[in-house]
Amino acid sequence: MTVLQPLDTHASVCPRASLIFDQVTFSYQGKHLLGPCSFTLQGAGPTLVMGPNGAGKSLLLRLAHGLLAPASGSVQWLPQRPRQAMVFQQPVMLRRSAIANLIHALAVNKTPRRQRQQLAEAALERFGLSRLARTPARVLSGGEQQRLALARAWVLAPQVLFLDEPTSALDPAAIKAVEEAVLAFQRQGTRVVMTTHDIHQARRLAADVLFMANGQLLEYTPATQFFHQPESSGARAYLRGELVE
Amino acid sequence: MAADSNALSVALSLLINLDAALVDIVLLSLQVSLLAVCLAALIGFPLGAAVALWRFPGRGLVVVALNALMGLPPVVAGLVVYLLLSRAGPLGEWGLLFTPNAMVIAQVVLVLPILAALSRQKVEELLAEYQEQFVSLGMSRLRMIQTLLWDARFALLTVLLAGFGRASAEVGAVMMVGGNIDGVTRVMTTSIVLETSKGNLPLALGLGIVLLTLVLVINAAAYLVGEWARRRTG
Amino acid sequence: MKTTLTLTLATVISGTLVSQAYADDFITLASTTSTENAGLFDAIVPAFEDSTDIEVRVVAVGTGQAFEIARRGDADSLLVHDTAGEEQFVADGYASERADVMYNDFVIIGPSDDPAGIDDAENVAEVFALIADAEAPFASRGDDSGTHRAELRLWESAGVEPQGEWYRELGGGMGPTLNTAAAMDAYVMSDRATWVAFENPQNLALLFAGDKVLFNQYGSLVLSAERHPHLKHDLAAQWHRWLLSEDGQQAIGAFEVDGQQLFFPNAQ
Repeated sequence: MTVLQPLDTHASVCPRASLIFDQVTFSYQGKHLLGPCSFTLQGAGPTLVMGPNGAGKSLLLRLAHGLLAPASGSVQWLPQRPRQAMVFQQPVMLRRSAIANLIHALAVNKTPRRQRQQLAEAALERFGLSRLARTPARVLSGGEQQRLALARAWVLAPQVLFLDEPTSALDPAAIKAVEEAVLAFQRQGTRVVMTTHDIHQARRLAADVLFMANGQLLEYTPATQFFHQPESSGARAYLRGELVE
Repeated sequence: MAADSNALSVALSLLINLDAALVDIVLLSLQVSLLAVCLAALIGFPLGAAVALWRFPGRGLVVVALNALMGLPPVVAGLVVYLLLSRAGPLGEWGLLFTPNAMVIAQVVLVLPILAALSRQKVEELLAEYQEQFVSLGMSRLRMIQTLLWDARFALLTVLLAGFGRASAEVGAVMMVGGNIDGVTRVMTTSIVLETSKGNLPLALGLGIVLLTLVLVINAAAYLVGEWARRRTG
Repeated sequence: MKTTLTLTLATVISGTLVSQAYADDFITLASTTSTENAGLFDAIVPAFEDSTDIEVRVVAVGTGQAFEIARRGDADSLLVHDTAGEEQFVADGYASERADVMYNDFVIIGPSDDPAGIDDAENVAEVFALIADAEAPFASRGDDSGTHRAELRLWESAGVEPQGEWYRELGGGMGPTLNTAAAMDAYVMSDRATWVAFENPQNLALLFAGDKVLFNQYGSLVLSAERHPHLKHDLAAQWHRWLLSEDGQQAIGAFEVDGQQLFFPNAQ
């Protein structure tokens, strides 16, 4: 039995989950950094989390993914927590070959041993990394590493994928590859939530937008509305390229 | 002065003639120290990784204790193991005192804190880099320990060498629990002590040079392997 | 690299286990550094091993530690040189029997220019008194060994309580003490065997010997079977009997270093 396209199987089997932030705050070493913040993430996505530096975009993503626990309020998934993965701004690569990084993730995911090699090779091919399979992951270029991080997320067949500024350190060609990957995930039924500070990128990818400034969620609107008639004055200023108060 | 200049020629002739007694002594030294380091690594590395990973009350004490035990005087380790293995001691039934196995046990006691304390430090550095990815992948602690130890393998090779250096260089513990019995528990360092006490300084120094050469060769080999592998994995 | 490591590990482990394998017919003998350092055991033990197929493993330590090892049941046999201590050991029930085996003698070593002028002293009490009067540096074992205990008795007989800058307690074996004495040009009391076999005398020379008080009796002890039933009493008894036998006594008498006989058999 071989399962080469796990994404197809789970996307159709699992009903779409929704994420509920209820009065979520976060502070670190006594310093209030986020919230209170309430919203319900629905729809097919992709959702782009936007806002100026220090708005709390990355914090929001980490709270949603469960890497951080809220100081107060609750983060809840309905009907249950979906399978999820995250791609970081600085990809975290294990000190082993590219393919070994994928096989490690599959092992963690309890994929049967004899399927791992095949699934890993397929994912490398999918992201154009086949010829780098045996190369140590940490000597790959920034763009290659980010594609490998996406391939690692791919083999995990997540129902939700978080991406934290995945393109901020990349050149245009690499950015294009990442954006294509994001759309591929979306086509396979993965719910994408991604932060960016690049307005053009958000226009290209977003179905809806969470806009944040100074640790507050200012609005959550469909992309068409956000880019033409944003609700908040902060978003209007941001889109005009002004400083957000 | 005579001792210093003679020592080199004594060391050379020991090496060139491959003196049978010397070969036995060198082999026993290697066996005891390598076995001790391997056993200590089997316990010490997972222990170090576990202390790096878990946050529990009293963790600070454990870290300080491990760091402090790195400086455990060999004779003290020897004395403790001696009292344990002595017929009148709790493990006397095993009849291990004055055997190479007793020397292995004493060296494990000496080397274990070094391996545990240094691997904890190395693993903790790596963990800082990997932590978010690990949590994101939903890894169990056991899997984290495996992953961290494997990914820290080159740093741990150096740690292993530090442990081997300590084991092969110490004399107090093996003297006490081994008894320096000719042909049974006599190793490089105890031979050196014996020859010194006989006033045979050139032979003692010659043996010292042989020991140093041995340690040098092992370190050089490990360094070359490490560099080669590091260059391949980045 | 993994296979090499496994191979090394396997070799190391099996090697260590192998060295345990021939460990059947042997006894552990706790004895003193003076006999071991002089090379006595290398000379006489092979004869015993050939005739009995019993291996003798010598743990050479100070007499105090040798008693302790035997007391804890960690040695099968004991050969030391502290007659008073040995008799006490028997009285305490740790040994069932003690026998004279051989003697050697203590000698007084010092800087060859002999600043305390002990060269033509009449007896050893006078030697010690002269050294104390001159406050010439004296290196003492200070390790509760048989030699150290004998030295303390000699100070007492000389009516001197040794203390002060000139009296250095080193807390080491005979060899290390001789090394130190050579380095600081000190007087030192040594057993003749260790002195003759010692290869780093520098400026030291033998200055006084021959007083009967300096005779150094070695005794072999048969350890108590009641206290330590696990010991190899049968094998140890063979060793004890051999030491006292004609063969054993002859082997001891035949042992020489630089043409000098060092131990004088005197079993009854």
